[in-house]
Amino acid sequence: MLIKRRPDIASSEITARGLYLSRRAFIAGGAALALGASRAAAAPAPPGEPLAAKPSPTFRVDDPPTKFESVTTYNNFYEFGVDKADPSIYAARLRPRPWTVRVEGLCARPKTYDLDELLRLFPLEERVYRLRCVEGWSMVIPWVGFPLASLIKRVEPTSKARFVEFTTLYDPEQFPGQKKNLISFSSLEWPYAEGLRLDEALHPLTLLTFGMYGRVLPNQNGAPVRVVVPWKYGFKSAKSIVRIRFVTERPQTTWEKAAPNEYGFYSNVNPTVDHPRWSQATERRIGDFRRRPTLMFNGYADQVGSLYAGMDLRKDF
Amino acid sequence: MSRSARAALKSVVWTACLLPLLMLLLKFWADDLGANPISYATNVLGDTTLRILLASLALTPLRLLFGISWQMSLRRLLGLFAFSYAVLHFSVWVVVYRFFDWPGMLADVRKRPYITVGMLALTLLVPLAATSTTRMVKRLGGLNWRRLHRLVYVASVAAILHFSWLAKKGRNDPYLYATLLAVLLGVRGWHRMARALGKRGVVALGAPGTQKRAAGAP
Repeated sequence: MLIKRRPDIASSEITARGLYLSRRAFIAGGAALALGASRAAAAPAPPGEPLAAKPSPTFRVDDPPTKFESVTTYNNFYEFGVDKADPSIYAARLRPRPWTVRVEGLCARPKTYDLDELLRLFPLEERVYRLRCVEGWSMVIPWVGFPLASLIKRVEPTSKARFVEFTTLYDPEQFPGQKKNLISFSSLEWPYAEGLRLDEALHPLTLLTFGMYGRVLPNQNGAPVRVVVPWKYGFKSAKSIVRIRFVTERPQTTWEKAAPNEYGFYSNVNPTVDHPRWSQATERRIGDFRRRPTLMFNGYADQVGSLYAGMDLRKDF
Repeated sequence: MSRSARAALKSVVWTACLLPLLMLLLKFWADDLGANPISYATNVLGDTTLRILLASLALTPLRLLFGISWQMSLRRLLGLFAFSYAVLHFSVWVVVYRFFDWPGMLADVRKRPYITVGMLALTLLVPLAATSTTRMVKRLGGLNWRRLHRLVYVASVAAILHFSWLAKKGRNDPYLYATLLAVLLGVRGWHRMARALGKRGVVALGAPGTQKRAAGAP
């Protein structure tokens, strides 16, 4: 016999998902007020729109992914500010739509892509990669995107193209860290420039990335589009990209310009080559207590080692 | 300054100095130290050390520039707080950050200039903290004590270098601290020079009150 009973909780009383999630932000905000600390106000950004992708069976590591909250509140994204919490605090200033990416330089079919067009060019896959920051910490992140190689082949780089240069958006209104003023006189050169050798850019591991954790990229993680180059230190993976250019000469990257003896063009993760000021032999995986040994090419040596055969990685660090 | 005013002043300073530690403990308890708690705690403790150290070095310039001296009674308190935060900062590095990896830490002290100067700064503060009691001032004698405590200048330069050499490019706070320290030491230098010149009868510079140099004041 079916006994009809009113549910204990009427559907009208169920808290909407968005409200439920914002409760956390409310509490964090209250705690921050109570403590008088603005930095604590880095509440987890509400998760963005879902971004469907097929999990890649090959490109995945078995380590558990880092907490979403950590990945979205502990960021190096100097365009928003130099503190780890700045990107999540100022994230809302960035407008990831409308957005275009200019693909140009030494290629047969240069084109300005609207982001939504770019997104639909190739099937999206989810890949779980390690991320190793040059500062000595690491994360494990499920990214969503497609191989950069797919896009590169589509625009047909000419035989003169040897390097690929990435440029991040320059707009001090959206990126407060790009503003020059009395207290931020020392700063990086904007716009942020990064680069890869063409064969590195074409490597199947190099991912043109639009999302993470099954959702569109949060602004603080480089929305709306970035690259992820998992065998290099994190800063090599340019965020919020507006231009991809094919060139003959090796481009000068922002960090190379800032400190050429500390941040080389290659910046491959390498536990045997220390940063001039600190060791790269170990790292702290965010969420762990003890440090762990850093792996050669961040654990991707089998896939990318051949790219650097015969090179002196001490010299070409 | 009346007895009660001095007590009130000291309790304000105690509260201000304990607040960063208290907040750190509260956040630890609330599991709110962020994604990288060890790094966060190390940074807060180091930063607080620098701030209190600079505050302790600001007392004499205030006297030299404005002829006020009520703040001079805070030197020992601020100095000991700076030392305590430095010890906490160091302890987190030893216990949590490096987990008693003595050979690794020793190698770092030798190899990494920012750690070398950091260790130097902490080491120099040890004798100052040890001789901070009134009894030690008496035992050493005012002049010797003053000479010894000039080490704080070296320690503070080393501490600021420690921060500047570890900070990544793009950060401005090391420059800010370095400028502050330069001003605080510069006022002393300028005053010394002015006094030396004044003695030789060349010029008579110097703010009012500069002649009443409190005993034991570096």
